[in-house]
Amino acid sequence: MRFFAFIVVCLTGALLLYGTGEFPDWGDPNSPASLHLSNYYIENALNDTGAPNFVTAVVADYRGFDTMFETAVIFCGGLACFLLLRDFREKKDHYYRHIPTGVILHVKDSQKPLTIGKEFGYMDKDWVPPDLIIKTVCRILIPFIQIYAMYVVAHGDYSPGGGFQGGVIFGSSLILLAISYDLKTLVKRVKERVLGIFAAAGVLLYAGIAALCMLMGGNFLDYSKLAPLVPWNSHHNIRAIGMLGVEIGVGIAVMAVMLIIYINIVSEGRHDEGL
Amino acid sequence: MSDVLSLIVAKYNYWLYVILMMIGLYGMIAKNNLVKKIVGMNIFQTAIILFYVSVGYKRDATIPILANAHDAHGATAIHAADYINPLTSCLMLTAIVVSVATFGYAMALAVRIYQRYQTLEEDELRMRLSEE
Repeated sequence: MRFFAFIVVCLTGALLLYGTGEFPDWGDPNSPASLHLSNYYIENALNDTGAPNFVTAVVADYRGFDTMFETAVIFCGGLACFLLLRDFREKKDHYYRHIPTGVILHVKDSQKPLTIGKEFGYMDKDWVPPDLIIKTVCRILIPFIQIYAMYVVAHGDYSPGGGFQGGVIFGSSLILLAISYDLKTLVKRVKERVLGIFAAAGVLLYAGIAALCMLMGGNFLDYSKLAPLVPWNSHHNIRAIGMLGVEIGVGIAVMAVMLIIYINIVSEGRHDEGL
Repeated sequence: MSDVLSLIVAKYNYWLYVILMMIGLYGMIAKNNLVKKIVGMNIFQTAIILFYVSVGYKRDATIPILANAHDAHGATAIHAADYINPLTSCLMLTAIVVSVATFGYAMALAVRIYQRYQTLEEDELRMRLSEE
């Protein structure tokens, strides 16, 4: 089987390499990919959309439909993880740690769980004593990571960044919280219901801005019709502002879906213990 | 010999993507463990992303963000040759998002399979399935 696979892979690779003989050289400015459509985007993006970042201009404005359904794809990915894995059954037996003595209690069939506080702490099969250095460093770092994520979203029109990137950074800062403390700390701070609402609200914000353009008398996703809503804007970059709103929606949706996927996978859908 | 070598050097981005793609394909075909297959799929997707992004590169060009867009004079003349192709980066943004969604979904499926059959090895899975 291995040998067979190796032969197949070698043959496919040789075929692909044979095909590259016809391809343009690396970095060739006259390659076909760079001759037709992309020049229009580079030369006209600032005038058309008011966003100096061509990639954001193309993603959020020229190809706005594509990005909207891309956000829907992300939402569906999170929804599929939730539906496949979420397990609402309560676990019967719980483990607790008596903090002053370090004794571990195993409570079977308890209707009333012990209160977690100064006296008792959680315990599970993966529990390790919290590492002071890791916890402290993460506690200091996480707010800065989150501010950076918001910067990446807000400056998506002007510098490298955008909704997807910022949302992923924000989501990973919260995943860092779950890794450095434990999953319960994250689930206690970020409720599952909030995550679900955020994931849907992000997609809805995108589609809502697009529909608002229609209400204002333009086409779907025609941000230029939003100008009466921001009368204090004097820079003629109303399309960039519409793109910013759309990117915020994308960022919220991506952040929530990242967390939904992570929490469901590491805890096998029970949201109690995990990495 | 030097002809072949210069050909490789001129198109080495394609060689890299083909090698990476074949590593992913081999992982998907030959590996027995489902998680390794999923990682192989991810490497395959990454190879395609690398291919597209390298196609968009132009020699002596900079990132696709307009320089001096907010100077007093603004950008008067924009030369398309000065900026790399933004279109490939946009398309790959889509591909990355889709690969995240498929990766999460595949991992969720793997977790479910493990919950039910207590294994992720393909041959053992086939045995369990034939027992039922």
